Amino acid sequence: MIGADAMIQCLEAEGVEVVFGYPGVAICPFYNSILNSGIRTILIRTEQNAAHAASGMARMTGRPGVCAVTSGPGATNVITGIATAFADSIPLVCITGQVISELLGSDVFQEADITGAVESFVKYSYLVKNVEDIPRIFKEAFHIANTGRKGPVLIDVPIDIQNAALSKFVYPEEVNLRTYKPTVKGHAVQIRKVIRELEKAKRPIICAGGGVLLSNAEQDLRKFVEKHRIPVVSTMMGIGVMPSRHPLYYGMVGNNGRAYANRAMNESDLLIMVGARVADRAVSQPGLITRDKVLVHIDVDPAEIGKNAGPTIPLVGDAGNIIRDFIEEDFECEHEDWLRLLDEYRVSMGIKRNPNPAYVDPAAFITELSEKMEDDSIYVADVGQNQIWSCTYHIVKNGKFFTTGGMGTMGYSIPAAMGAKLAAPDRQVVAVCGDGSFQMSMMELATMRQHNIPVKIIVLKNNYLGMVREYQHYTYKDHYSVVDLSGSPDLEMIAAAYGMGFYRLENMERASEAIDTFLSSAGSMLMECVIDPMDLVK
Amino acid sequence: MQKKVFQLLVDNTSGVLSRIAGLFSRRGYNIESITAGVTADPRFTRITIVTSGDDVILEQIEKQVAKLIDVRDIKELTATSSVYRELVLIKLRTTPEQRQAVIAIADVFRANIVDVAPDSLIIELTGNLSKVDAFISLLDGHEILELARTGITGLSRGSDDVAYFED
Repeated sequence: MIGADAMIQCLEAEGVEVVFGYPGVAICPFYNSILNSGIRTILIRTEQNAAHAASGMARMTGRPGVCAVTSGPGATNVITGIATAFADSIPLVCITGQVISELLGSDVFQEADITGAVESFVKYSYLVKNVEDIPRIFKEAFHIANTGRKGPVLIDVPIDIQNAALSKFVYPEEVNLRTYKPTVKGHAVQIRKVIRELEKAKRPIICAGGGVLLSNAEQDLRKFVEKHRIPVVSTMMGIGVMPSRHPLYYGMVGNNGRAYANRAMNESDLLIMVGARVADRAVSQPGLITRDKVLVHIDVDPAEIGKNAGPTIPLVGDAGNIIRDFIEEDFECEHEDWLRLLDEYRVSMGIKRNPNPAYVDPAAFITELSEKMEDDSIYVADVGQNQIWSCTYHIVKNGKFFTTGGMGTMGYSIPAAMGAKLAAPDRQVVAVCGDGSFQMSMMELATMRQHNIPVKIIVLKNNYLGMVREYQHYTYKDHYSVVDLSGSPDLEMIAAAYGMGFYRLENMERASEAIDTFLSSAGSMLMECVIDPMDLVK
Repeated sequence: MQKKVFQLLVDNTSGVLSRIAGLFSRRGYNIESITAGVTADPRFTRITIVTSGDDVILEQIEKQVAKLIDVRDIKELTATSSVYRELVLIKLRTTPEQRQAVIAIADVFRANIVDVAPDSLIIELTGNLSKVDAFISLLDGHEILELARTGITGLSRGSDDVAYFED
């Protein structure tokens, strides 16, 4: 057995079914050994998307997504995908090939100091120096990636180590990390304090973030808030913790969120942030959420607590564990007036749009699309105006909503949707992007065709980098700079070139029928929605 | 802004120092000095960092450092309950006539003369920050050719908060 065989056996021991990647000489022993396993390999068309696809898969399965690329440019290309997973706390194990150990540091062909380069975007990284360390390192990497605050771990394996003989392979039963022991159980005294505040509160609210989803605690949260009738808002990464039309759910907060959600948060007297970072896009003025109210901050990462806002009650631990502890507590709270007020806000503070009838209205379109999507479907939003419209108008039923709220990496939706589809082949997966973000990942249409990954793609086409154009509209008084997407290809011809079905929707007249056709088509399909270039999210 | 001294016990892995230094630089934290050396158990390194910031920053420094996978323990070394020491080497230009005066000052500070050349000498001094600073300021009339300070290292007094090694 050689190192490469050991790497594959480690992946099998971790239950890995799919590896996304792109080979090069330095990772060839790994890709040679993988042929002897049942692990499926997906040849992605650029390395960044290998990490995004692994991210989509991780978000579906709850286990680390895996990608494997070569040294040098392969490794540096994957950095943006790793940084995206880091910002969004998505567990990944990223394997990079490396040049021969002896030559490290001598600037040979396709050498890059990848462990150094990704230092600030990974939970941890390894440079394997001894083939006998492979089982331990892989065991630790999967453990670190998927425990505590989740995130990417990189393993850099020189080609000579992949080819070196291993005396014996034993996959460790457990990890022995002296220095890494995340706190996952909430402190009982702090939990009691939160319950006492809930008993007293007249206007409590829970703001749920992506941590609730990462902890797989949506059902626990719903059970808890339904039992005590506590209203919930979410951050962008938290969309999907509650069904969008749940009576206790009041939408996404933040500068791109619902006005009534922000008002609900600001007027509360008890705010429980759970699995949310109090990041700038969700809470632009942290001073407001600490003034005149009790702030409870629940997070598995103690460094997030107090970073942006000083909480009254800090509570370190896994969201699911803590919510289940809350459910066990016997207490009463009464705030029907508060719920009635929030319902009034929800009605009176809705968004008023004046869509141009000559075009597809993204708001009405996304609402209708999501109503027609299957109950447990997966909607992946890209970055740009399409993301904000998706967050605002997509209706989550019992499915999932994925986007990169932390890093905001354009081009995320198509590869992430591919990862999700591979993890859940029986579920409907729709990627929604703009014409800018579509062109950042357009090359993956080939991957979809080659590996038969029938993702459905919507392109909201306005011939602009719409989000930046909107910013230039407000900030620079329509002084547009480098946002015109003229020269974009004919999407119908692109779809034909990749053997995909195609539908162009130019206004709302036939939207309903178009969506039916789009969703019911077998295989992958590209739908172009022509939207008003001057449309604004705000 | 206040100054704080943190002591870290870290796994002696390759790259641990760059991970810690990198964390400080990318998050914009100050490092006034950093010293590192292996402990009695060669698997661990003890690092002493002198840093400064407001309360929020200092709390973040402690939490972000604690989050690093290689970090076993981080604690503050307070002035009242810790011992700090720094070593400094000073190369002074000295004529034979000046030499005795310099040696006299060094004696007062219990510093050692560790090298003598025809026109220079090297003084070694160990002490806390204020002692080292006071000594350097007393050498004002002399030309300092080179000066090397280690930055402080320290230990807390007593055995109450020792982070023991585990197997």
